[in-house]
Amino acid sequence: MIASLSLILLCQLAGEIAVRAFAWPVPGPVLGMLLLLVLLLLRDRAALFAQGPLQGGGVENAAKGLLAHLSLMFIPAGVGVVQKLDLLAEHGTAIVGVLAISVVITLLVTVATFLIISRVMTRGRSA
Amino acid sequence: MTANPFSLWVYLSQQPLLWLTVTLLVYATADALSLATGRHPFANPVFHSMWIIAVFLLMTGTSYTTYFSGAQFVHFLLGPATVALAVPLYENRKVVAAAIVPMLAALVVGCATAIVSVVLLAKAFGLPQNVVLSLAPKSVTAGVAMGISESLGADASLTAVAVVLTGIMGAIIVTPMMNRMGISDYRARGFAVGLASHGIGTARAFQVDAVAGVFAGIAMSLNALVTSLLVPLAVTLLVR
Repeated sequence: MIASLSLILLCQLAGEIAVRAFAWPVPGPVLGMLLLLVLLLLRDRAALFAQGPLQGGGVENAAKGLLAHLSLMFIPAGVGVVQKLDLLAEHGTAIVGVLAISVVITLLVTVATFLIISRVMTRGRSA
Repeated sequence: MTANPFSLWVYLSQQPLLWLTVTLLVYATADALSLATGRHPFANPVFHSMWIIAVFLLMTGTSYTTYFSGAQFVHFLLGPATVALAVPLYENRKVVAAAIVPMLAALVVGCATAIVSVVLLAKAFGLPQNVVLSLAPKSVTAGVAMGISESLGADASLTAVAVVLTGIMGAIIVTPMMNRMGISDYRARGFAVGLASHGIGTARAFQVDAVAGVFAGIAMSLNALVTSLLVPLAVTLLVR
């Protein structure tokens, strides 16, 4: 458990260091995620990597444990709304309106793109 | 030293312990209620925890800084949780590889739509430029969005609020909307909600369907990558 969490933190740390060192426009944790993915793929190919938390489902279980409570982690940032009451009193309706319309448009466009491309591909394959 | 309840409150209200406990307790209760309603969209645990804690802070006159001294331990986990997304991605690599083309198309189109729509709408509604910039990265997970916001010189704490609101709205609306439109492809449904509403949408998708959850997680992680590349570009073209 601790070794698995350490591996996850190490990936994040390596991501943060690389992002800062090379001034990449990518968030550190995202690079950390790519690093962990590469490690998991390497493990299946080379015995050298199949050690510690990378074997016996160690890192997998730790990751699933974290992801099971993903909603919880957004609460502290969300409660930050108490700092923004003045701004929300002034622009709250507009902000909520803008976000609501944007999220509906985004959902529609994304789901439509996915379905259209996936249908075109199956048709192309069966033809 | 008097042992009256007020001095005990004064002591505890300055300690991280109380606020960490409040955060976990309110969430555990909201989550149990959500489960009891059969995961009804309006019983969203993030939404209800957020307003209950906010009202509690306002009623007790507690500052956000004091609250955050305890809640930061939970907030910190957003980073490791982003790294942890590598695991569902790895485990479903075959399903993902099979759907790679529609996913990448939906990713690029959806991500651009999320950014452009919010920037143009915010400008059309006459919001100040600082607010427009703060709303731009609202569709990605909180830690990443706050980083983007800081690099734009915008208000990262407003971005965090916009991120959470976007997540909650997407999570509430997605199931009724997709059902009404008769969309039964859970890969597409999950991908859309993960892209539009990051972790809160992903948590919702896992409640509805396991495949939807996996695709939501993938969309959320890929979107974090693409949004951090696209937001600075979109802002240069649309705002400045």
